[in-house]
Amino acid sequence: MELQGGEAEMIYAEVEGVLQRHGLEREKLIPILQDVQSKLGYLPKEAMQQISEALRIPEVDVYSVGTFYNQFRLNPPGKHQIKVCMGTACHMMGGHIILESFERRLGIKEGETTPDREFSLERVACVGCCALAPVVVVDEKVEAKVSPIRVDGILLAFEIESKKSGEIEKLVEEEGRTQ
Amino acid sequence: MALDNGIYIPHLCGLRESERPAASCRLCFVEVEGLPNPVTACTLPVSEGMIVHTRTPRVDRLVRTGFELLLSNHRLRCGKCEKNENCELQKIARERGLKLRLSRLRPLTTEVPVDESPKTFKYDPGRCVLCGMCVWVCHHQTKVGAIGFIRRGISRKVAAFGDVPLGESRCTECGECVRVCPVGALTFKEKFWGV
Repeated sequence: MELQGGEAEMIYAEVEGVLQRHGLEREKLIPILQDVQSKLGYLPKEAMQQISEALRIPEVDVYSVGTFYNQFRLNPPGKHQIKVCMGTACHMMGGHIILESFERRLGIKEGETTPDREFSLERVACVGCCALAPVVVVDEKVEAKVSPIRVDGILLAFEIESKKSGEIEKLVEEEGRTQ
Repeated sequence: MALDNGIYIPHLCGLRESERPAASCRLCFVEVEGLPNPVTACTLPVSEGMIVHTRTPRVDRLVRTGFELLLSNHRLRCGKCEKNENCELQKIARERGLKLRLSRLRPLTTEVPVDESPKTFKYDPGRCVLCGMCVWVCHHQTKVGAIGFIRRGISRKVAAFGDVPLGESRCTECGECVRVCPVGALTFKEKFWGV
């Protein structure tokens, strides 16, 4: 994942703060990773390298722990978070087909984020409304009985929305200029 | 281990130099009189008067199942493998009369690409048995620390930081991991044979 302007410095400062709070023993690795994730929302590569240097352990060991536990994510959360349910009922109703449609449409794999950071795609285990299977949770909204066509619809809605907000911004700008 | 006395116990992950056994291959089961269940021989220190049975029905069953589980995600094309005739899996199969093919389990092999990026060797994750010996020598003997285990469960594998090809990692290509690999996962490229 490419870092955006100023992000590298921000990551460095946050990780430095977390490291100072915890001390530099290797037993602290998991609490350190948890704190870094709660500050940054994910574990950037740069942060893991910085931690490995500070704790004097190979960087692959930090990566090993970061990829072992489900609580850690290695990609930044997108502006819109898409969670595809993979519970028993949704699986039976074709949840994996829905996940695949999202993967194809967004050009990313499950657990990843689009390069423009608009969407992140995740799989979750049961959202608790199995009668509506297959279910997708987009941000906080539950989408019921999703089909591959509905996947296109969901993404189209976001596209239109972002276009609209862009137009409104343009209008506001123009108004500001005429006044 | 009792290997010194000419008694063979199947094993993949044990390294003499390592003080704490990984006990990851689950093939060295033995039954010890006085213990209720079979135990892994690598984690049990020898003691005075201990009576160990290396072949009992329970042991054979555990080893047979463990071996088949290992084979279920091992790319079984021995004829094309550089380690053919020199492979620990083949040795165990011969010793215990096990077949190098699946009878009860479905194969789980996916066509994963072979990492050809290092100059002197190549890495085929599809043949890896996750014994961890390469990781151990990389960290404790050579002190390079380039490779480790990443992810878990079915997607667990040996890889470098960021899962980049080994040629782009901190790997120094010392070749120690290749020498220690019991199967055909890490092999020297042909022109570097015997280097």
